[in-house]
Amino acid sequence: MTYVFQFGAVWREFDQLLLGAWLTVRLSAMAMVLGLAVGILCAVGKTSSSRAVRGLIQGYVEAIRNTPFLVQLLLVYLGLPSLGLRLTPDQAALLAMVVNLGAYATEIVRAGIEAVPHGQLEAGRALGLKPWHIFRFIVLMPALRTISPALGSQFILIMLASSVVSVISAEELTAVADTIVARNFRSFEFYLTITAMYLGLSLVFQATFALIDRALFSRWSDRR
Amino acid sequence: MIREFSSNEVWFLVQALRWTVLLTLIAFACGGLVGLGIAILRVSEVRLSRAFALGYIKMFQGTPLLMQLYLLHFGSSLVGIVANAWLSAALALTLYASAFLGEIWRGCIRAVPRGQWDGAHALGFSHLQQLRLVILPQAVRIAIPPTVGFLVQILKGTSLASIIGFTELTRAAQMVNNATFRPLIVYGLVAGLYFCLCWPLSLLSQRLERRLDWEQVPTLKVPVQ
Repeated sequence: MTYVFQFGAVWREFDQLLLGAWLTVRLSAMAMVLGLAVGILCAVGKTSSSRAVRGLIQGYVEAIRNTPFLVQLLLVYLGLPSLGLRLTPDQAALLAMVVNLGAYATEIVRAGIEAVPHGQLEAGRALGLKPWHIFRFIVLMPALRTISPALGSQFILIMLASSVVSVISAEELTAVADTIVARNFRSFEFYLTITAMYLGLSLVFQATFALIDRALFSRWSDRR
Repeated sequence: MIREFSSNEVWFLVQALRWTVLLTLIAFACGGLVGLGIAILRVSEVRLSRAFALGYIKMFQGTPLLMQLYLLHFGSSLVGIVANAWLSAALALTLYASAFLGEIWRGCIRAVPRGQWDGAHALGFSHLQQLRLVILPQAVRIAIPPTVGFLVQILKGTSLASIIGFTELTRAAQMVNNATFRPLIVYGLVAGLYFCLCWPLSLLSQRLERRLDWEQVPTLKVPVQ
């Protein structure tokens, strides 16, 4: 028995797949922005003098980094309703992605903050800068510049992991393909196509991060 | 009919853990073998094999593991093999692990100082002899912490095998949840079980890395003459 590939079927539904790709981009972008915010907040929290705060954040980071994303997703989507928090699949997917990325981002941002030389902080204080300005210009921006490659790869990992949210039928590329495949059974053609689309998306994201990196940090880079 | 969540269910989940562990070990062992080949190709003197290894790594690092699983699972029936969740999962995770381990180990090979290559070259070793006798023994020490760290990624990755119907821990959880409808307890317990496997490995990886840093301090202090 020989199998005849029918990529015509893929071409007929291609607009659906493009829409799915857009949904993946939107979901991932939201998760990246919110996840980075969580990461920065927790990384700052880890410099706190309170042991309880530091311990809590460390617990969160370790719990997330040592359990599978799929289990976290199912816990959010199926588990939270019994605590009275009912989420739509899209909300649950976003929440799980933010919580997951936030833990990894915390560790990355923390490493960046620790890499800022202590003398820089003292110099900032000596210049009479306000604490907020010291944090923003002397700690955060140089830290982000140091870690931007690591952050970029983590962002791409969460974009790729977003295909998993199709199991709770949140709307994104894989879920769109699942729906079509359930109708026409051309599983291999469709999954091959969207795999190539994911590869394209990761290249696009990589290029975008490089551009953002240049736009944000070019004025810092001439100092080294 | 909804069943109570009892010690029977807990025992069922703990037993399902062995399939997760077994799948992890298979993917790690086979992925390690292929990955070593990829790492060696990646530092080869032949440009074509370097390019091949780079393409291989980029292909697997740039696509979701779930899609790799789907393609192998749905693709195997196209070449006349009856789709078998065990085989697809083991093969997909092997390929996935080989690409990542290949890239990690390439970094470790590159971390061995250039002078070691030159020294081995001066002794008249061929490229492969230089690798086998001089470079790899030193790279292995650097490679152990990130390799243990990646083992955690494979372990977590096996949970996706549940989606193509392989009964490991996560799939067992879905079965128990369908019968008892206590998702918070079931998935909480399963998360705890994964954590018990992964956390020690993560800690070990961190400790080994710190020890390596500490050991390397004296060598860095050796004055260049």
